[in-house]
Amino acid sequence: MKKELVELKINGRAHELAIEPSALLLDVLRQELGLTGSKRGCDESSCGACTVLVDGVAMMSCTLLAASCQEQEITTIEGVSEHGSLAAIQKAYGDWGGAQCGFCTPGFVMTVKSLMAENPDPSEAELRTALSSNLCRCTGYSQMYEAIKSAIAAERVGMAAK
Amino acid sequence: MSDFSIIGKPTAMIDAAEKTTGGGKYTDDLSAPGMLIGKILHSPYPHARIKGIDTRRAEGLDGVVAVVVGKDAPNPYGILPVGHDEHALALDKVRYVGDNVACVVAVSEAIAEKAMELIDVEYDVLPAYFDPEESMKAESDLIHDNKPGNLEKDYHHAFGDPDKGFAGADHILEARFIANEVTHAAMEPHSTLASFELDSHTGHLGRLTVWSSTQVPYYLQHKLSLVLEMPMSQIRVIKPLVGGGFGGKSEVIPLEIIAAVAARKAQAPVKITYTREEVFWAHRGRPRTIIDLKTGIKNDGRITSVKARVVQDGGAYCSYGVVTILYSGALLGALYDIPNIQYDGYRVLTNKPACGAMRGHGTVNVRFAFESQLDELATKIGMDSAEIRQRNLLKPPCVTVNGLRVQSYGLPECIEKTVERSGWKERKGKLPKGRGLGIACSHYVSGAANSIIRSDMPHSTVNIKIDRDGGVVVYTGASEIGQGSDTMTAQVAAEVLGCSLARVRVIAADTDLTPIDIGSYSSRVTFMAGNATLRAAEDVKKRIAAAAAKKMNCSAEELTFREDLVFKKGSAPPVLKKDQAEEEMTQAGASVSGRVEGQILRGSLQQKRKEEGPKEWMTFEEAVVAAIDFHGALTGTGSYAPPPEARGGKHKGGGVGPSPAYSYSAQVAEVSVDEDTGEVTVHKVWASHDCGRALNPVAVEGQIIGSVWMGMGQALTEEMVWKDGMLMNGGMLEYRSPSSVESPEVEAIIVESIDPEGPFGAKECSEGSLAATIPAISNAIYDAVGVRLHESPFTPERVLAALRAKRKDKGLNLTEGVDPTAPARFREHGGALCFKGKGPERHALDPARREAPASAGGAD
Repeated sequence: MKKELVELKINGRAHELAIEPSALLLDVLRQELGLTGSKRGCDESSCGACTVLVDGVAMMSCTLLAASCQEQEITTIEGVSEHGSLAAIQKAYGDWGGAQCGFCTPGFVMTVKSLMAENPDPSEAELRTALSSNLCRCTGYSQMYEAIKSAIAAERVGMAAK
Repeated sequence: MSDFSIIGKPTAMIDAAEKTTGGGKYTDDLSAPGMLIGKILHSPYPHARIKGIDTRRAEGLDGVVAVVVGKDAPNPYGILPVGHDEHALALDKVRYVGDNVACVVAVSEAIAEKAMELIDVEYDVLPAYFDPEESMKAESDLIHDNKPGNLEKDYHHAFGDPDKGFAGADHILEARFIANEVTHAAMEPHSTLASFELDSHTGHLGRLTVWSSTQVPYYLQHKLSLVLEMPMSQIRVIKPLVGGGFGGKSEVIPLEIIAAVAARKAQAPVKITYTREEVFWAHRGRPRTIIDLKTGIKNDGRITSVKARVVQDGGAYCSYGVVTILYSGALLGALYDIPNIQYDGYRVLTNKPACGAMRGHGTVNVRFAFESQLDELATKIGMDSAEIRQRNLLKPPCVTVNGLRVQSYGLPECIEKTVERSGWKERKGKLPKGRGLGIACSHYVSGAANSIIRSDMPHSTVNIKIDRDGGVVVYTGASEIGQGSDTMTAQVAAEVLGCSLARVRVIAADTDLTPIDIGSYSSRVTFMAGNATLRAAEDVKKRIAAAAAKKMNCSAEELTFREDLVFKKGSAPPVLKKDQAEEEMTQAGASVSGRVEGQILRGSLQQKRKEEGPKEWMTFEEAVVAAIDFHGALTGTGSYAPPPEARGGKHKGGGVGPSPAYSYSAQVAEVSVDEDTGEVTVHKVWASHDCGRALNPVAVEGQIIGSVWMGMGQALTEEMVWKDGMLMNGGMLEYRSPSSVESPEVEAIIVESIDPEGPFGAKECSEGSLAATIPAISNAIYDAVGVRLHESPFTPERVLAALRAKRKDKGLNLTEGVDPTAPARFREHGGALCFKGKGPERHALDPARREAPASAGGAD
């Protein structure tokens, strides 16, 4: 397939790339741009490890055409850290055992970010529903709830999570 | 002041930020200059002879660099010395749908995929075996020619006098249980990058470096050396971050060998990463297990005898099979006091992907059967199910009838705490209909006392180097796979050396840099690598203490290392009030150099203090500098081998099951059952776990919760569904890995029994809890709706069938074949749910072509 020139805006930076129209966003991120934080756990939107934000909406990049994301703001896990230090949710995932092997963690962090933007004070049931788009095989999810609650509390007081 | 300054405190993983920022590199995140992509062609047939492979058309495709086939690396390998039955790629036969036939190496994945379609393979299809009990009857077309009756291995053990035990029993129950096949499905698909260096003299391919998602880098190095016929010293295996293992990466997986062979043939770095479906084919999970179990008890609840016949559907290769079937028998012991045990285990080959080690290796399915039957016996004699377990406790220290040495034993406390926290006594049997409580116990080894390749070599060795500024580098072969191995290592080193965690850097699992450690499996890392770290740290500490003692005019024994300070025991350390020390330092530093922070301060302070006379206390750096001045390089080493008395009995197969220590778990599950839909919901699990000592409570709780959760998956939803040897549900959603909405709250309760031989008393915490969850749920289902389920997972179909049978008052055991009351479309051979679908072309004599057994179907 013949390559075409596209411009993608990722984590606030514009990238001009020649890609096949069939190229998936995840492949472009990982292989063309070396942004390997987004993971491939399946190829079929099952596991959520590849979740990124497209104009603030959590999307699974393994089934998203890269060319369709032009003129949209793409945020990957590499764009989550704030001013060179961990965002509250990242710190909290580390402190509360929300990440074990860490392979699903970037996807979860992106999902949680989009949830927190939409619903800054989710109930436990809302949290569970929101997280159900992502799979984890290590944690049984329990420690993630603690992490998210602590991150929300930390954001509220405007400090890094304890 | 508590006894410890580092361990016992909730500690974030030392690699947490790498994981939460996406900065950490897993194998598939790596690339090398000139790297090519490998894709593996898999067999479409469950059992076939390969008559010929023609790769010419594929090789002719633009962008294809090489096509690798079996004869490129014909040496056999396998994880067990007795099971060298695998080849990098099939030589003459394929043995399961998904077996490895050829590998294309190309400049891109798309070209490799296209080229795979151009490989012409001519097969001669053979009859295939899918059910272990059928497979055992085979006389021709054996899966491996040297395994008559397709029997990989059988063991027959009798300890005590089982028949006499049954004769003396007041109540005996006998039943068949089936646990269907499950797999690890770690989030990270396996990946390997292999790259050869050029020999600097000849320009030929020289040393090999392999980056791989593995739990066992040293075994991988060993198997690569066998297959590639290279010395181990010419092979470097590096384990980057690993995205979960659960046993699925605890042996050499085909792609790891194939990538190296492909890199050799293509003369370029090659990376192969499995797709999710290939991960399911690589498998090595928990085999479908048929357990015929008989238990006898006295009226007072004491167990008199246990007899188990276990048949495991092992798949097409040996893998860890011989060990799995031995664990299934051996771990009948060491949980309760059972005076007489008879065990007959059969590991059978079938034409499906090989089963191997999975979290709770070998014990989980038998534990499900045993704990269910014990519950039934308790009901029979009208005894509380928690109490019958308390009646059968061991009295350690002791050696069980099958030769397992038990020392620390936290099971009584586990049962007590679980019963108390769950409100068992007040609530059991009093919940509304459809809701119930169930209890079960389990245990697991803290590392196998005997390594896979028998030798007297230590199981773990750790080196420590300390730099002049007090930086501690720990070199360990232990493999971090998400369980917190690196963090545990750092904590143990920091605790012994009395320095802060931030000083410690862990270099792990790189065969060129780190001393040998046999890997992350059988829950051995904390116990064995932990002990080795402890000894290495003590070794280096001795040197520091000798030098420091000299400076402080005292003996080395009088010194205490704590909080980055070295001081005389008992002397009120000025500095445990740290602020005061900082202040002192700041003033001193400022007066010497005018700088008030960082190394310069400390350096100049050191210089100043050095010129002073003997001291009451020293900083860690000062002590280190003194030691380096005194000894030269400051290094230490430590290793661990299990003591001979923990290595088990002398009987055949007695090497599997013994461990220096066992972890214990007791769980209560609260479930509700919808009698209209058959759906089971787990509301909460109270899980207490005796981990000896919790070195890092947040990690211990994470492991307990994760184990319980994975057990719940096996209990309720997870199952590999086969149709004519084809996997029908090779995807994360189809396999039904539970999501957050299906996952219960788990209350993890840590019990500390302080093992006499564990590092600071610690034992394992990552596997032992899994096995109790399945029977706890099945016992809770009985409490809720009065049906005993003998086959896992407890899907709505199985629950409904049991409820129907109960209503019609038919004694129905689903495991004995086809449920006559089930809807026709459901079950075929052996109990696995099957979808109707067109399978691959079948040989005329194939047993699977016969009509489905009995007539599935009937009134619904």
